[in-house]
Amino acid sequence: MALPFDDDPKFAAYAHPERLVSTQWLADHLGEPGLVVAESDEDVLLYEVGHIPGAVKIDWHLDLNDPVTRDYVDGEAFAALMAAKGITRETTVVLYGDKNNWWAAYAMWVFTLFGHPDVRLLDGGRAKWQAEGREMTTQAPSPAPAEYPVVDRDDTSVRAYREDVLAFLGGQMVDVRSLPEYTGERTHMPDYPEESSLRGGHIPGARSVPWARAANDDGTFRSREELAEIYERETGLDPEEPVIAYCRIGERSSHTWFVLAHLLGFEQVRNYDGSWTEWGNAVRVPIAVGPEPGEVPQR
Amino acid sequence: MTDAREDLPAGFAEIVDDFTAVSTPDRLQLLLEFSRDLPDLPARYTEHPELLEPVPECQSPIFLRTEVEGTGEDAPVHLYFSAPQEAPTTRGFAGILHAGLDGLPAREVLAVPGDVYNRLGLAGAVSPLRLRGMAAMLGRIKRQVREALAEPS
Repeated sequence: MALPFDDDPKFAAYAHPERLVSTQWLADHLGEPGLVVAESDEDVLLYEVGHIPGAVKIDWHLDLNDPVTRDYVDGEAFAALMAAKGITRETTVVLYGDKNNWWAAYAMWVFTLFGHPDVRLLDGGRAKWQAEGREMTTQAPSPAPAEYPVVDRDDTSVRAYREDVLAFLGGQMVDVRSLPEYTGERTHMPDYPEESSLRGGHIPGARSVPWARAANDDGTFRSREELAEIYERETGLDPEEPVIAYCRIGERSSHTWFVLAHLLGFEQVRNYDGSWTEWGNAVRVPIAVGPEPGEVPQR
Repeated sequence: MTDAREDLPAGFAEIVDDFTAVSTPDRLQLLLEFSRDLPDLPARYTEHPELLEPVPECQSPIFLRTEVEGTGEDAPVHLYFSAPQEAPTTRGFAGILHAGLDGLPAREVLAVPGDVYNRLGLAGAVSPLRLRGMAAMLGRIKRQVREALAEPS
């Protein structure tokens, strides 16, 4: 039994308002049957410090990534994870997290690989919930194990592999990293670990739209009008044409994937999760440096 | 397989014992305790944050400063960390280093193996990627100690 959608007027303008809930909506529906709230953070201990009452924890690294191969968990492991968190195929899942919902958006993207029907983001994430002085707890819930079917992961609709990107060169691509990463001046985020890439720069033809431009200061998403201004008019992206987003490991680009697919309604948006840690280390793939998208090589 | 503790200072070896004695979920709780126990910065650093060195390898911004009290290899070392409350994992790593190393002679701090972060049994609870930040902190602490010892007194 899915929960009702949040009819917050801010969301109504978005292409898929059913993909967002406000902090007020969540406060009103906490504890209702059919709803599971899940926190997904960069910092693995943040949930333990305090979380939304009743929320379970899903860790991007330990729960969603395969422990050996650089890939996501398979259908069996995802089903086991969902079952352990008390999530059925019919459950409304609301995801939220730290850092403007980076990892929450990443988790949502992984849920989408498995086609979970009703998954939503909390607009503003953990920071907004806290800023409003809403209840937090250190009490971890013990959900009763649920039944979740084994669903094959679908890597075709929202995921792009390196080969897909190579074949797509010349198509619409968005590089959501910081400008110094895009130009090739640096290979990692300011203040972040150097996850070594042997080359700096960007995929030829990709346009630079740092992911944070989609967010307001309080971590909520900008309005549909503001987003259309940034992505469609300023950057020149066509919502009817396919687009691929990438960053360094695929988490910031999940945030942009969410914006393009669910808020602006682009028809085909894929996230290249290999991103710069793969591309910047791959032998003989084309790279452009500097502030311009650069020449797309003739294939 | 080296013994997880024989080449460590006694206090640090005890911390390793505490971590390895409990189950994986409890290790996270223990890390949380270390993050809570990390001492606040003294005023001379809160007023002059530029004296602290950033550790960009960590997942969250953290700054540290090592002081050596006196000269020579027996001089005690003191560690100071600044890490935000919303970065408990990074604070936890800093807390372990503080509890395990603060007050030890420079000689012993320099002798701590660089891979000590692998001995806490945290890879399954925290992920190896996140643990690298602790290695980076230790590397910077040792470099600052060496620099302090090299300064003409």
